[in-house]
Amino acid sequence: MAVCIAVIAKENYPLFIRSVPVQNELKFHYTVHTSLDVVEEKISAVGKAMADQRELYLGLLYPTEDYKVYGYVTNSKVKFVIVVDSSNTSLRDNEIRSMFRKLHNSFTDVMCNPFYNPGDTIQSKAFDSIVSAMMVQAS
Amino acid sequence: MESLTLTDGEQKYYSDLFVYCDTDNTKKVASNGRVLDLFRAAQLPSEVVLQITELCGATRLGHFGRSQFYIALKLIAVAQSGLPLRVESLNSVKDLPLPRFVVAKNEQEARHTAMYPDSENQGSYQGVIPRPPGRGQVKKLSAHEVIQPCVPTVEPQLQPDTTSPVVSPHQSPPTSPHWRKHKRQASGGNIERQPVVVAGAVWTPFREAQAGPVVSGDGMWSANSPPPVQESWVSLKDAHPPSSSTLPAIHCSPVQENSSIRTVASATTTNETQRHSSGGYDDPWKITDEQRQYYINQFKTIQPDLNGFIPGSAAKEFFTKSKLPILELSHIWELSDFDKDGALTLDEFCAAFHLVVARKNSYDLPEKLPESLMPKLIDLDDSAEVPDQAPDVGYSGSPVEVTPNKSPSMPSLNQTWPDLNQGNEQWETFSERSSSSQTLTQFDSNIAPADPDTAIVHPVPIRMTPSKIHMQEMELKRTGSDHTHPTSPLMANPPDLSEETKLATSMKFVTVNSGDGYSSSDSYTSDQDPITSVVTRQRSHSGTSPEGLKVVAAPPPPPPRPHASHSRSSSLDMNRSFAAVPTGPQLAGVVAYPPAVPPRPLPTQTSGPHSGHRSDEGLAAHSSTSPQQIPEQPNFADFSQFQAFAASDQPSDDGEKHPESLPVEKSSEGAGPLRTVKSDNQEERAAATVNSAKGSIMAPPPKPVRRRLKSEDELQEEALPLKSNVIATVLAAQPSIPRSVGKDKKAIQASIRRNKETNTVLARLNSELQQQLKDLLEERISLEVQLEQLRPFSHL
Repeated sequence: MAVCIAVIAKENYPLFIRSVPVQNELKFHYTVHTSLDVVEEKISAVGKAMADQRELYLGLLYPTEDYKVYGYVTNSKVKFVIVVDSSNTSLRDNEIRSMFRKLHNSFTDVMCNPFYNPGDTIQSKAFDSIVSAMMVQAS
Repeated sequence: MESLTLTDGEQKYYSDLFVYCDTDNTKKVASNGRVLDLFRAAQLPSEVVLQITELCGATRLGHFGRSQFYIALKLIAVAQSGLPLRVESLNSVKDLPLPRFVVAKNEQEARHTAMYPDSENQGSYQGVIPRPPGRGQVKKLSAHEVIQPCVPTVEPQLQPDTTSPVVSPHQSPPTSPHWRKHKRQASGGNIERQPVVVAGAVWTPFREAQAGPVVSGDGMWSANSPPPVQESWVSLKDAHPPSSSTLPAIHCSPVQENSSIRTVASATTTNETQRHSSGGYDDPWKITDEQRQYYINQFKTIQPDLNGFIPGSAAKEFFTKSKLPILELSHIWELSDFDKDGALTLDEFCAAFHLVVARKNSYDLPEKLPESLMPKLIDLDDSAEVPDQAPDVGYSGSPVEVTPNKSPSMPSLNQTWPDLNQGNEQWETFSERSSSSQTLTQFDSNIAPADPDTAIVHPVPIRMTPSKIHMQEMELKRTGSDHTHPTSPLMANPPDLSEETKLATSMKFVTVNSGDGYSSSDSYTSDQDPITSVVTRQRSHSGTSPEGLKVVAAPPPPPPRPHASHSRSSSLDMNRSFAAVPTGPQLAGVVAYPPAVPPRPLPTQTSGPHSGHRSDEGLAAHSSTSPQQIPEQPNFADFSQFQAFAASDQPSDDGEKHPESLPVEKSSEGAGPLRTVKSDNQEERAAATVNSAKGSIMAPPPKPVRRRLKSEDELQEEALPLKSNVIATVLAAQPSIPRSVGKDKKAIQASIRRNKETNTVLARLNSELQQQLKDLLEERISLEVQLEQLRPFSHL
């Protein structure tokens, strides 16, 4: 279960960010922001084969003592960042992947909505529900 | 009659009533029957009704034209408000409440305020109107008040005349959801709003006056609500620029065409009953026939093909006209675009339209798509909804295939999504599985052994044996005693060899047949081919090998591929044969090889027998070798026998074995020890050492798969030298043959023939090895690329 989920646009501004412990949101915002650097580093690593060979799932971006940050980037350079609590029994990689997959799918649905202007913050309720399902229930 | 000025609310109301009365669909004359019923419903004394009738001019005209009807209605309102009936009062009375018509069936006797034209409809609804249970007047009032502001916006939008017909059909649907909402929501503000919407301004005062007798008001409200809702709904359309204005018209036409108010009433009744019966069912979201027809017509304006899609941009444009906030439109889209394809099918469009209408009427949007709005998917593949299904959807309320009901029962929806997701996952897993190359290799490995010629394992070309035996016999016949000599050992040896390597056996035969030169070479090559094919995943070669064998006189089948061992063995043999045979001049050309090869023959020879598979490879080369070489191969296993033929046979044997050793990679395991053993036994053991070396090289990959890979590598590595070895062996065999035979002329001719065959074989072998080299290089490149790709992620 994620503690914070964020969707970052291509220009590196957040389209959607939500954390569970509402009180400490700023910390997670900062974490997500710093994780963007790691994401950039990863996606620039594969220079030759552009998006073709590059895998969307970036894996663990960096761990801290409190939590772990996972990244995922789409072919249109939209980044998904999931912050998971370290104390939580470490989720398997597959679970994280499936979470990203769900995020990507619902993000695609949001994009398909003609009333959604790319670049706007995501206010889709369906997307919200998917994210809520993935967030930690407690707190 | 004096001109009649009606307020917008009145206009709408009257037009609705007129439509209701317009049973003949003349749009001009209201049937007297209906009108009279209506007037009776006004709960006015009959003489008042008569008076009104007379005043409006109907009596004079004999029928109720629209103007007469309107006047009559106004007079009714006047009368109901207690004002004296005067023609002049028509326009003088301001803020006259809308005429009320009591619907007999209505539970509520007293009609609140103006029962909208729905009164008639209400009558029809009666059964339906179920009553909005909790409608409290307070709510109504509040809603009323709330609605009021809406009304002004709505009213002006209402267009006279044409809207009336629209209103009626609209009434039912909005009503239902309205009611439903009302039931569900403690504060049915929305609902109230709707009814009020239309008559807002007029109603406000009226309602307040009616606050008391609320009970009936519920029914009336409900009855009223539909019309106002509808009107607002309609007005919604009207609000939009040109297209919207056409909407009501369009809607009107179909409505009128489809059914008069009766139909609507019946429909609404049905809806109502259904709603009532279902209790908590999602009635409010049902789409009536009229509505659906309206939606369909709207759909046609955008997309003529009813089975086609409306692209997202067009839909966006269309729904933006409803002037709902983008956020709500976005939510409506999410709900209605069921297949998430960015386009709306007819059903999806109807659902979206319905939601827009509802929202316009201040219905809260559901969190999930209501069942009744769920697009019917006969097949998940069939994305195009059939229009005729619409009514079913409207009334059945449950999609055929799509089980998930978003609002009524989310679980079902959730089920489908997980299913879809699972499908995706299944796809993913499937892809993952399919990506595994193990199956391919296993398949290859399975096939390889299946082909006796290509069998990696020792017992390779069993089936070669018979043909080889045949060839051997032929060889024997041709070559005569000398051949028989070598052949005999061959004959004797096969059983021994069969224990070890069938290939060896076959090779023996091949060698025996080498007397024919060509045939034996064929057999060799064919044997080699299978091995090669096994090694190189080239089944075709294996296929060819048996053919090669069978074709006695046919040119050698594709030469063994990567059979470095083969080439080596042949070359070694050749070398050995050259070294051993003083009569090198015959093989001058070939002699070139020998010097370089000397050591090889030994290993090749030693590995000869076991490289049963190799033997196939070496067969080609061996083919040119004397039959004696063949026997020598089996001799590997049986060194004593081999030694017997050591002198003359060895060279040829070496030559034979050398090619056989080529495929050793497959039999590398056995090859090593065998080679070493044989090398020990054989005299010209320069080759033996080489063979042993080869054996050691070959030995490593125990498994067939690995063998194959390694054999490929090794083969390629050894290919060139082996080829030379093959040539050498072949050449060596040739001189040995004549020597052994002793018949110079024949021997020379045979040797010449064999040389030619060898040449062709070697040439082919060369080409194949080149091909293998290319393949391996490509593999290497791909592996490097993969490695590079993986490298960045290895940083984690």
